[in-house]
Amino acid sequence: MQRIGVFVCHCGSNIAATVDVKKVVEMARLEPGVVHAEDYQYMCSEVGQAKIATAIHEKHLTGIVVCSCSPRMHETTFRKAAEKAGLNPYMVEIANIREHCSWIHKNIEEATKKAVILARAAIAKVNLNTPLKAGESRVTKRALVIGGGIAGIQTALDIAEAGYEVDIVEKTPSIGGRMSQLDKTFPTLDCSACILTPKMVEASAHDKITIYTYSEVEKVSGFVGDFTVDIRKKARSVDMTKCTGCGVCQEKCPSRKAPSEFNRGLSTRSAIYTPFAQAIPNVPVIDREHCIKFKTGKCGLCEKVCQAGAIDYTQKDEIITEKYGAIVVATGFDTIKLDQYDEYAYSQSKDVITSLELERIMNAAGPTKGHLERLSDGKPPKNMVFIQCVGSRCSDNRGKSYCSKICCMYTAKHAMLIRDKYPDVNVTVFYIDVRTPGKNFDEFYRRAVEDYGVNYIKGQVGKVAPQPDGSLLVQGVDLLDNKQILMKADMVVLATAIEPDPSVRSIATMLTASIDTNNFLTEAHAKLRPVESPTAGVFLSGVCQGPKDIPETVAQAGAAAVKAIGLLAKDKLMTNPCTAKADELLCNGCSQCENVCPYGAISYETKLINDHGVREERRIAVVNNALCQGCGACTVTCPSGAMDLQGFSNRQILAEVDAICR
Amino acid sequence: MSITANEEFRPKIVAFCCNWCSYAGADLAGSSRLTYPADVKIIRVPCSCRVNPMFILRAFEKGADGVILCGCHPGDCHYSTGNYYARRRMALLFSMLDYIGVEHGRTRVEWVSAAEGVKFSQTMNEFVAKITSLGKNVRLEDLRCRK
Amino acid sequence: MQEIINRAKELLADGTVVRVLGWRIGDLPYNPEPSYFETAEDLEANFVYNGFCGANLSKYMIEGSKLEGKTLVFLKPCDTYSFNQLIKENRVDRDKAYIIGIGCKGKLDIEKIKAKGIKGILNIRGAEIDGNADTLTIETLYGEKTIPYKDAMLERCHVCKGKDHMIYDELLGESIDTKDADRFAEVERIEAMSPEEKFAFFQSELSKCIRCNACRNVCPACSCRKCVFDSTKFDSAQKANVDSFEEKMFHIIRAFHVAGRCTDCGECSRVCPQGIPLHLFNRKFIKDINEFYGEYQAGADADSKGPLTSFTFGDVEPGVTGGRR
Repeated sequence: MQRIGVFVCHCGSNIAATVDVKKVVEMARLEPGVVHAEDYQYMCSEVGQAKIATAIHEKHLTGIVVCSCSPRMHETTFRKAAEKAGLNPYMVEIANIREHCSWIHKNIEEATKKAVILARAAIAKVNLNTPLKAGESRVTKRALVIGGGIAGIQTALDIAEAGYEVDIVEKTPSIGGRMSQLDKTFPTLDCSACILTPKMVEASAHDKITIYTYSEVEKVSGFVGDFTVDIRKKARSVDMTKCTGCGVCQEKCPSRKAPSEFNRGLSTRSAIYTPFAQAIPNVPVIDREHCIKFKTGKCGLCEKVCQAGAIDYTQKDEIITEKYGAIVVATGFDTIKLDQYDEYAYSQSKDVITSLELERIMNAAGPTKGHLERLSDGKPPKNMVFIQCVGSRCSDNRGKSYCSKICCMYTAKHAMLIRDKYPDVNVTVFYIDVRTPGKNFDEFYRRAVEDYGVNYIKGQVGKVAPQPDGSLLVQGVDLLDNKQILMKADMVVLATAIEPDPSVRSIATMLTASIDTNNFLTEAHAKLRPVESPTAGVFLSGVCQGPKDIPETVAQAGAAAVKAIGLLAKDKLMTNPCTAKADELLCNGCSQCENVCPYGAISYETKLINDHGVREERRIAVVNNALCQGCGACTVTCPSGAMDLQGFSNRQILAEVDAICR
Repeated sequence: MSITANEEFRPKIVAFCCNWCSYAGADLAGSSRLTYPADVKIIRVPCSCRVNPMFILRAFEKGADGVILCGCHPGDCHYSTGNYYARRRMALLFSMLDYIGVEHGRTRVEWVSAAEGVKFSQTMNEFVAKITSLGKNVRLEDLRCRK
Repeated sequence: MQEIINRAKELLADGTVVRVLGWRIGDLPYNPEPSYFETAEDLEANFVYNGFCGANLSKYMIEGSKLEGKTLVFLKPCDTYSFNQLIKENRVDRDKAYIIGIGCKGKLDIEKIKAKGIKGILNIRGAEIDGNADTLTIETLYGEKTIPYKDAMLERCHVCKGKDHMIYDELLGESIDTKDADRFAEVERIEAMSPEEKFAFFQSELSKCIRCNACRNVCPACSCRKCVFDSTKFDSAQKANVDSFEEKMFHIIRAFHVAGRCTDCGECSRVCPQGIPLHLFNRKFIKDINEFYGEYQAGADADSKGPLTSFTFGDVEPGVTGGRR
């Protein structure tokens, strides 16, 4: 029989105002196993914890029930207090009489009655608690960063600077990400490449950083501190150790019709290519889909012109297996598909473009060499219309319910740059709201309006209609003047909503990291743990967690790095002792539990079992405590009840059920 | 003494909540002061997949009038797949209870995230109302356990 | 039948197997029982295979797998499903079994014969496997009675899954298709009842339960070394029922534990001394599984994942009931 102490917290008036704590103490005393019960104003305070310690010593307690706030709040506090006083921390249970009782009920009699029952359930559970011991697991002092955009690069740099090995896995042929596609950045109008490429070079030159480009994460197993990851290095068809990056192969390649991903399909590239001039590594890849050699067996020109002998048509995908202690996801974003937005004529007219396409057009290395011109006829536009919130803040299910956050600012930037460079171009922006929180952001927007004469119209565009003369007729509404607007434009730019890169879904599944309905990775706590995934050892950097601009991304990338460093700095981790355990005498060896275990924690051993005198070899389930996370899926699948979960055993839960229904 | 007509029926309701989403959702309902009847008593389990049909039948055996299981939304399980198994198990169990004539609605599964305090309280209000309208669970109760 | 005995003797003689798992003549004309045979003489004198050999021998191979040497086991078409399921769950050793898939012309239910008012049974002709399975001639203390074979068949044979063996080393004997009813008709009839009627139906059926555990002991899926209802793990160790809940709990949980694993072999209903149609629980789950997650036949193979150890992202939400009303 346990010797249980019950401690009822007033939580100031948070509990005591609605629950008669004295009554809870009085009723708890009547429960089996209870040898001590008292109440105190703040159990979590030093004095409160000391009361627990004193009672443990004086009354020789073997179990503790604290009736207080949610165990999510102070379970750890009370377990530590008990441990300090010499009790096994897992002999402590919490009855949540604040969040689940005093805060939701008004009637004192009812709330007290409920608090008594909740205490009773916790007491019934503690009666069946057994001391548990946390195991230890080692930490591999190496981090993996998935994604080589600015978020991934910054995280990797910060981790490497702290002295830990970092690998970056990037699925495209070069690191750089979306930021490398941008022309200028708000609110200071720096050239994006000018501030990004030094970081790319720094990362590639860092002796602690290994970059795997044109590579993807294929498989993840293990757990915090000890992940094992398979990385698929896609066949580049170019030997990275030999290539000098001279670029001759690209010049000579006769297949030039592949759409350039870097230029968003607005121009073409050769089949052997580096995505952009400053690419890192400066080693091309052969796009086998467009390569004549791979399609027909003929050609082979690149091999002939390569003086380094780096071309290797026989190269195959390679799988690298590495161990990591921490994983940072920095998979970034893409713009949404616009097929649901036919009214803006994106698919009908070449002169309706997304903002990211405009970035490429404005860029000197872009499809128009930086000249602002219509893609249909190459003529300079006279009138440009920007439409905001295309697919963002959408109430129907065509687009996204969230604000993409960056569009207001980059549109102000675009408008300003165009007015600056081409003062005769009229720029009109249709907006729902202009959102400019951020340092120097509103000033920036106001300059666009006040100094550069950009015409902002509050209202939405209903339709963009291509006209026979090649112009675009924009039908909108001015909400402030409450009038319909018909306007001719030569180009229309859509501030297209951003969404997490589609690759994040499979990565989240591999990492068992949760994602929300919009495919953004969920943080462990929206406010207090914004760069950690609920899955231990997995951290979030950049837009994969939610829309962000560059400064925020860099800040978060640093934060994620610090969290990863904090983990890597530890030599050992304590593991959760609430793991599954099979009773050898009851196990049938049927493998059903193995089928439902998400962690591959269950394996089978043939063991000599002595079952009440019957000695025989049996196939028995064995749980790896380091892998088991304690979900309990196996326990319900097991028909014989051989598999049980420590800390949440069948009998403990049934005791709670019985106590509540009594 | 006979039961008087105006003696109000108060149901006994057991709510199994997964630690990561629904229990936190219940906490949020509490910290947001969103009320629901005191008839609901929550049992914390690590995951909805920890809930054995035995627990649910046992609750009914011991006099519960309704049992509700709350877990993370499908796709959001902390253990990635637990709620998918729970969903199949409960779909079959509930269908069986319906088949043997237990009133439809005495059991329920609801996916409640840690952010859905409002949904948690709404769900509990609805469920209590439903069970109250169904009345005492006489069909599944073990009469020995009645006091 | 002699053909079967001869083949068994051959396999014993040439050392392929060291024992035979079959049916032994009982003390009455209609109660043969599962048994091992180790000699040709024993086989010749006591082996029987006729219409009353309903017993599914696959479960006996759990123990048979632990014995030294190979065992020859006779499996009817429906029994092979159970055997496959047991292989999947690592409960039997395929290498320890030499399986002869034997033909089946439908198995008989003595209770159905008795229900026709036939008493004092001395002998039954027409139940032999060699016959055409048209008519049963029953010699009784009160003279000879005849009834059509079909009228005395077990319920499960009327909804037979088919006469193909799912696993075997060799086949022997002929089968006759006996399916003439819809497997789920009875489940659907209950589903269509009002909650009150359903409750009354199961209450009256289950109140007959004496918790003899025959259903559990015969069930090839209930192969746990120790049943939860006998262990302390759930505080659920029980004897005979004291009240109306216990039998429901027992039978629901039993059906749940075998859900997705039950091959619908019908042994539970065959052996129930109280005549409770226990298969209605299992078949309800089978029907729901088919409706919710797609057609699934447990034991059709030995390696697929069962419906309760797999899932799809778009599964139905709990609360939708089978036979949706």
